[in-house]
Amino acid sequence: MTKEIVIQSEGLGKQFNDYWAVSDLDLTVKQGEIYGFLGPNGCGKSTTIRMLTGLLTPTTGHISIMGKDVQAHGESLRNRLGYMTQKFSLYESLSVLENLEFVAKIYGLSRNDVKRRVAELLQEYQLEDKKSVQSGALSGGQKQRLALAAAVIHKPELLFLDEPTSAVDPENRRAFWEQLFSLSAQGTTILVSTHYMDEAERCHRLAILEQGVKRADDSPIALMEQLRVSVCEVVGDDVAALKTRLASLPSVISVSQIGARLRVLINKKESQPLALLRAESGGGYEVDFTRTNLEDVFVTSTGRGYAELA
Amino acid sequence: MLSLRRLNAIVSKEFMQLARDRITFAMIVMLPLAQLLLFGYAINTDVRHVSAGIVDFSQTYQSRQLIQTAANTQVVDFIGYYDSIAAAEQAITRAKVNTVLVIPADFVRRQLNRDYQLSGYKVGNSTAQHSVAQWLIDGSDPLLSGAVAGLSKLPISIKRLPMSALPDPAFALQNYFNPEKRSSVNIIPGLIAIILTMTMILFTSSALVREREQGNMEFLITTPVRPTELMLGKILPYILVGFIQMAIILFLGHWLFDVPLNFDMPSLLIVTLLFITASLTLGLLISTKAKNQLQAMQMTVFVLLPAILLSGFMFPFAAMPRAAQYLAEILPATHYVRSIRAVVLRGAHFSDLYFDLLCLVAFSVIGFMIATMRFKKRLD
Repeated sequence: MTKEIVIQSEGLGKQFNDYWAVSDLDLTVKQGEIYGFLGPNGCGKSTTIRMLTGLLTPTTGHISIMGKDVQAHGESLRNRLGYMTQKFSLYESLSVLENLEFVAKIYGLSRNDVKRRVAELLQEYQLEDKKSVQSGALSGGQKQRLALAAAVIHKPELLFLDEPTSAVDPENRRAFWEQLFSLSAQGTTILVSTHYMDEAERCHRLAILEQGVKRADDSPIALMEQLRVSVCEVVGDDVAALKTRLASLPSVISVSQIGARLRVLINKKESQPLALLRAESGGGYEVDFTRTNLEDVFVTSTGRGYAELA
Repeated sequence: MLSLRRLNAIVSKEFMQLARDRITFAMIVMLPLAQLLLFGYAINTDVRHVSAGIVDFSQTYQSRQLIQTAANTQVVDFIGYYDSIAAAEQAITRAKVNTVLVIPADFVRRQLNRDYQLSGYKVGNSTAQHSVAQWLIDGSDPLLSGAVAGLSKLPISIKRLPMSALPDPAFALQNYFNPEKRSSVNIIPGLIAIILTMTMILFTSSALVREREQGNMEFLITTPVRPTELMLGKILPYILVGFIQMAIILFLGHWLFDVPLNFDMPSLLIVTLLFITASLTLGLLISTKAKNQLQAMQMTVFVLLPAILLSGFMFPFAAMPRAAQYLAEILPATHYVRSIRAVVLRGAHFSDLYFDLLCLVAFSVIGFMIATMRFKKRLD
């Protein structure tokens, strides 16, 4: 079954004063996918999401969402989109219940539907016992659940989440992703931005952004398979001293210390990476290949790693 | 087009926020209260008890009688005696006294001559009436000197002439509406205009800006809410607030300052409603322009000062130069000061005030349209 394309952008770019926050971005997001934007702060994730939701006017390119041009038909799409902003954007002086009722009414739910839907969401997002608490007094995780509940109150087909877990502890983050998977299973398309690797790994598809440019775009597994480096591990005493030596080798893309081990990324063009490492490190070190992870993808797609591989 | 459900959602949300914002809530009540007491008691244009001095060269029973007559008016309080004109002038310069009554040595003769003339006798060759004494006045404050100048018409005579012998004024005066000439009666209805200008513009000018600053706007504009609904929803709750403030000022004004309350209620409500909406839309306009709450506040002051100075609240509209009058006409407060005084003090009906009311309607409609057009559901 070929899935419908929900978001399509071509040559999308946004210029602020004299710099480009996003440039020449092509995106294709299919129905039911959880699509991730991975990138450091200021890489253009929020700007892209704001353009996709119609909040910012693109300088170049064009966006179509569910077959409609966002610039021309933005308002008619409002009932089908949900948006959870990076900063908590509900009213802090209103209680959980009042906030949800307000948003439900804004989305035009009828009186009965408002009651039913809000009760449903309170239960689903474990906010039942907090419903009379002013939302300014909630914890980070509770605020985030409330914000997600408000964003899906009208059962949108497409949901935008801008760094939804930045103020949340790991346990709440896991629960949050459970909720995203359940929404996705119901057919909701989700576009989520993050700078956490573990979150990026859970996405069906991932775009890595840096300085407004898309560096990679595929499923996390495919991205790891397509890696243009060999990932090796060096174990031994005093790896810190070895780290600088290895980093200066021309074919070594990156060296990072993880406890007593060094994780070394070596250009795939180097046919004998293990031999190279053994020769450089001398005796007393264990050298072997290791499993690739998404961080390797990120390191080779951004910054110095990207430049050296290009 | 307009969804009543959404409008209702915004209005009730505004009320809830208002009820929980203690500072704003206190401002609604305390601001009119404080201003009423301040303006009601402090601003007084009926000048009384001006400190005065005396130089009495005559030193007669008659001159002392003249001093007593002047003191009885309560316009002046005699607090100092000087033995020379120079000493009196110095006292005025030092602001010890504001005015000095100079009674010449030949005061009794002058007064007798005057009395004879008034009774129809001819004295010497001259038919001119000579003044009998002199007021030296510190003229730097026109209001003050005007009050003292009024004393020059004081009827005095030594010979106890019948009243009919004293000169009749050319004009008969009849004071309508405020026969006791108390300033507070004129000030307090005008004060409603100033308080409403201040609070109404301040509340709405920061309304949209605050949502933008606190990040609520970014979410709100991704919902199907329409600019018209958002704008109307921001205005409607404050109309009630405006009426509450008006009621506080009028009833306290009546209680504390005896401002008469014999007005036509529908006229009062219509006139005030139109002014409240005009001020609120002005505030909305500011909030579509201001980038943060500080800017909104500054722009509010920019409107508030002319409203206080030019609207006729403090200084009579008629006394202003033509250019200032034109400028004042583009302030909603000017039209309201005019009409609220008409309604409250002169018992006017709103149909008597159609020009001012039309202006207020025009302000509201045009302001609302521009504000709605200027408000874009976008961040750039």
